[in-house]
Amino acid sequence: MTPLDETGAAADGEGGHEADALQDGPRGRRARIRTRGAPLPLLVPALVGVAFLTVPLVALLVRAPWRSLPGLLTSAQVWEALRLSLVCATAATAVSLVVGVPLAWLLARVEFPGRGLVRALVTLPLVLPPVVGGVALLMALGRNGIVGTWLDSSFGVTLPFTTAGVVVAEAFVAMPFLVISVEGTLRAADPRYEEAAATLGASRFTAFRRVTLPLIAPGIAAGAVLAWARALGEFGATITFAGNFPGRTQTMPLAVYLALQSDPEAAIALSLVLLAVSVAVLAGLRDRWMTAR
Amino acid sequence: MTRTAHRTGRPMQVAALGATALLTLGACSSSDDSSSAKPDGSASSASAPGKLSGTVTVFAAASLKESFTALGEEFEKAHPGTKVTFSFGGSDSLAASITGGAPADVFASASPKTMKIVTDAGDASGTPATFVRNQLEIATLPGNPDKVSTLKDLTGSKLKVVLCDRTVPCGAAAQKALDAAGLKLTPVSYEQDVKAALTKVELKEADAALVYKTDVRAAGDKVEGVEFPESAEAVNDYPIVRLKDARNADAAKAFIALVRSAEGQKVLTGAGFLRP
Repeated sequence: MTPLDETGAAADGEGGHEADALQDGPRGRRARIRTRGAPLPLLVPALVGVAFLTVPLVALLVRAPWRSLPGLLTSAQVWEALRLSLVCATAATAVSLVVGVPLAWLLARVEFPGRGLVRALVTLPLVLPPVVGGVALLMALGRNGIVGTWLDSSFGVTLPFTTAGVVVAEAFVAMPFLVISVEGTLRAADPRYEEAAATLGASRFTAFRRVTLPLIAPGIAAGAVLAWARALGEFGATITFAGNFPGRTQTMPLAVYLALQSDPEAAIALSLVLLAVSVAVLAGLRDRWMTAR
Repeated sequence: MTRTAHRTGRPMQVAALGATALLTLGACSSSDDSSSAKPDGSASSASAPGKLSGTVTVFAAASLKESFTALGEEFEKAHPGTKVTFSFGGSDSLAASITGGAPADVFASASPKTMKIVTDAGDASGTPATFVRNQLEIATLPGNPDKVSTLKDLTGSKLKVVLCDRTVPCGAAAQKALDAAGLKLTPVSYEQDVKAALTKVELKEADAALVYKTDVRAAGDKVEGVEFPESAEAVNDYPIVRLKDARNADAAKAFIALVRSAEGQKVLTGAGFLRP
């Protein structure tokens, strides 16, 4: 679907020739038009870049144990890990939505002292090594952590080694993606619609709910998908904070890492599953929200 | 309207993706350090035996960290102009990176099974030699507040126990000891290496862990060790070998000789290892 669209766009300027272009090989024609405009000093490094990013993934496909793949993928532990990954990533995304959207709104719409600092802090997990995030979470929410001690003594809740701990770790690293995405969308959205709603008697919250939210829905969706994908791939913070127990805290990335220790074939097979899920997500994302045009 | 929203949303997403890409690159570059510090002494040392130079890269089991670091310093002092760089980690992941072509001169593993991965792949030069043995111990919180005195105390209680994953040597040993005792133990987590398991106790997130005696000793007073008789059933042999692709073969030989010498054995037994 996408290639066809792009051909249409490329042939746009040529009016009546569009049908011809489609007929005598749209791909060849498009390539000719594009390469003529790309100077070699740009094209060569660009192709190196493409190769650098895709060859490792191709290698995964080449080295995949296709014959034993069905057996490897139908093992109970793989399904357990995959199920846990999907459930936790979705829960982490839900948490990110509930907390992250209001946070993004605050950052985009309300002037307050230190806003720049707050924005920097909430996006920090984006650039922080995930393991550091895991250690930080342990210090805060671990059984002995500054908040965790209180959680334990008051509610008997301890997060490390639990599925909830996985969700917390994933939300910690994934939420900034959502916040950044939603805040960007909010800044681009015209605040006059909200103001108009307010002059018509809507409270600020009603205006947010009835006007702003539908307006920024695509941004929220894009941010949610990014956060979900990030949560799905989360490894460092999870293994540091939540540990590794099959069915409870062992998500796919952890299963991949530990499988590599003893059974590289299984690790490749598991990696393929994650790769397929990620490609599916990004393909969906690209078509819907990120298509460049 | 929504169209505008798309547009400005995009650079942010791209920035986010870019940031992740950078992170990944950053993570990779750190492991390249060893390859950039290429040992250049192999040629000169071959012509003049006894005079060593260049870098020796040693891949060693996480449990060897303290004693090997000390031995590395000793080696550098005895052979001025040399540098010993270490990569400590789970034996299996080290073995995987060696068979995958990681530039290393020496491999010291925490189990013969892991060593076999390297020898089977034809990456070892000569036969691995067992240089120490290690025994498991229960690591508990300082002062042993849960009154752990036997392996059985760890099972069926409310205690949070962490084990090493069965895929790594300390986990395999723990399983062997539990089997020998006829006990079933459900931990809260299977950690990726012995240090990770111990850390969970040091941080007081777990109440106990089955780790090596040497790790308990290395942790000082942050944990307390409890010996248990079944650990005799699960003693790990540590083999060491020079790798075929060693870029600094002479220095690698000399380092292995130091590890196996009386002096090296003193450092290792001082750390709690048993003589082979």
